[in-house]
Amino acid sequence: MTGKYRKVAYYPGCALEGTGHAYNRSTTALGQALGLDLVELKNWNCCGAMEVKNLDPKLQTYLSARNLGIAEKMGFETVMAPCNGCYHNLKKAEYDLAHDPASRGLVGQLSQKAGHAAYEPGGVTTIHALDWIKEAIGEDGLRERVKHSLKGVKIANYYGCMYTRPRHIFPEKDKGPGSESTSKPHFMDDLLAAAGAECVDYPLKTACCGGAHTLSDSDTSTKLVLNLLTTAEACGADVIATECPTCHTGLEMHQVRAARVLGKRTRVKILYFTQLLGMALGLSARRVGVQENMSDACDLFREKGLGR
Amino acid sequence: MPIHEKSLIRPENLVTHEQLTLEGVDVSGHWSTFIRSRVITDYNEAMEEEIAALPGGEYIHRCWQCGSCTNSCTVNAVNPDFNPRYWIYLIRMGLEEELLRDKDIVWQCVSCNKCTYACPRDVNPEGVMKATAHWLELKGHTAKKPSMEFDEVFSEQVFATGKIEEGRVLRQFFARTGQSLFQDWLVALVRGLAIRRPIGLLARLAIASIFRPRTRGWSRARAAINEYLGEQETAQRRALGLEQRGSER
Repeated sequence: MTGKYRKVAYYPGCALEGTGHAYNRSTTALGQALGLDLVELKNWNCCGAMEVKNLDPKLQTYLSARNLGIAEKMGFETVMAPCNGCYHNLKKAEYDLAHDPASRGLVGQLSQKAGHAAYEPGGVTTIHALDWIKEAIGEDGLRERVKHSLKGVKIANYYGCMYTRPRHIFPEKDKGPGSESTSKPHFMDDLLAAAGAECVDYPLKTACCGGAHTLSDSDTSTKLVLNLLTTAEACGADVIATECPTCHTGLEMHQVRAARVLGKRTRVKILYFTQLLGMALGLSARRVGVQENMSDACDLFREKGLGR
Repeated sequence: MPIHEKSLIRPENLVTHEQLTLEGVDVSGHWSTFIRSRVITDYNEAMEEEIAALPGGEYIHRCWQCGSCTNSCTVNAVNPDFNPRYWIYLIRMGLEEELLRDKDIVWQCVSCNKCTYACPRDVNPEGVMKATAHWLELKGHTAKKPSMEFDEVFSEQVFATGKIEEGRVLRQFFARTGQSLFQDWLVALVRGLAIRRPIGLLARLAIASIFRPRTRGWSRARAAINEYLGEQETAQRRALGLEQRGSER
């Protein structure tokens, strides 16, 4: 326990209120179990995900700047976003506000018209749920608290695209030992290994699941996801651990779609890393929301004695 | 800019002569394959500037044609015709006809940002793909693509209420693209979920579909965003030499 991030602002985002609710549930349960306070941003708005950016990137910057402004107004220096999309967009907004006068100008203009103060860059630092646990508790802290070790569970850690790319919006990454890597991220591996799991060497950690076109170009997404699933199985993984609701839902959906449409069945389970850590800390499967996952991992839990 | 005239070596542009002697030299057969000569006169010199005027396309002029974007591309690995480096070359050269051969796949960029990560010149190829897809639609070369329908359904909700409700996005997207909600795999998915009775989740989703989630006091932000979007549309249509739309938006 480092004392860092004991109390941070929490930006769940739209997906965590809908299909990614299991992630919301397990993240807050994990925070409670570890004695970390999460204070939800008051009256936040959608970060615009990928879609608003496609229409106009500067508008995405405004949406995220509004949220960062709320965190600052609530007196927080740090906002934690568990969703890769939200996390990426807050980081991108921070970068663009500091480096692009046109984005800054538009945010100033829209904020004034919308009737709130314009967020100035440098006020709030955005972190991911992985940074949150890694910094606040750390591997040693986790090891001390593990009640049901994840021993014998083989995990492929999947980080997706938005957690590491493009690298210029993550100035704190790639800073040598102890920092996160944008080419071979390892924070999730480190945390789950501390909880006793066996993390397999998974070469597709930062490959794309096609989440941006999960519905508009399902065939491409199914191909990409099937590749992620079969590779995880070839690496010997029982579980793919995720840290993004869009990746998670995409993997679950296209696992079913691959079986139905292409006749390609895969058995690997898909769980949020917060669910796995929560169960390792002794929380029940229900408490971390596994009933809200589409990927049914109950037989695995029985086999490994998890989540009782 | 290096020469990458892929179009020259397409099968229809190659000629092999069974029997041919030129200036006393035998040039028969496969080893003396000829490329048909051609003269290009229809360069579209405005294309690069037009695409640079759309969001994401601003830095296309920086490209050195190193090919890092295509080399790292997720979609290229699935479909070799998806070639960002080549399209950037065509746009900068004004080879519109050649670009139009691929007009129906440009929208398939999945925004994984591997190209933007790899690009040594900060071209932002991912943004260029979006700008090019918009350009193709605005110019009337392609109909509205599914990804654009999705972006619009999603963004309209964000602009209207400050938040989205996923069920509504899904339903509206399927309705606008003329697809049934009762696709075999979607039904299987819902059935698989329902079997474990996630009562809390189902209740939440049902409530959210009736009482749409929204950000309080959003009306002024909505008005400001819509005003800005209107200005942007006018500016973009002007840059592309298109007629201004009437009283829309």
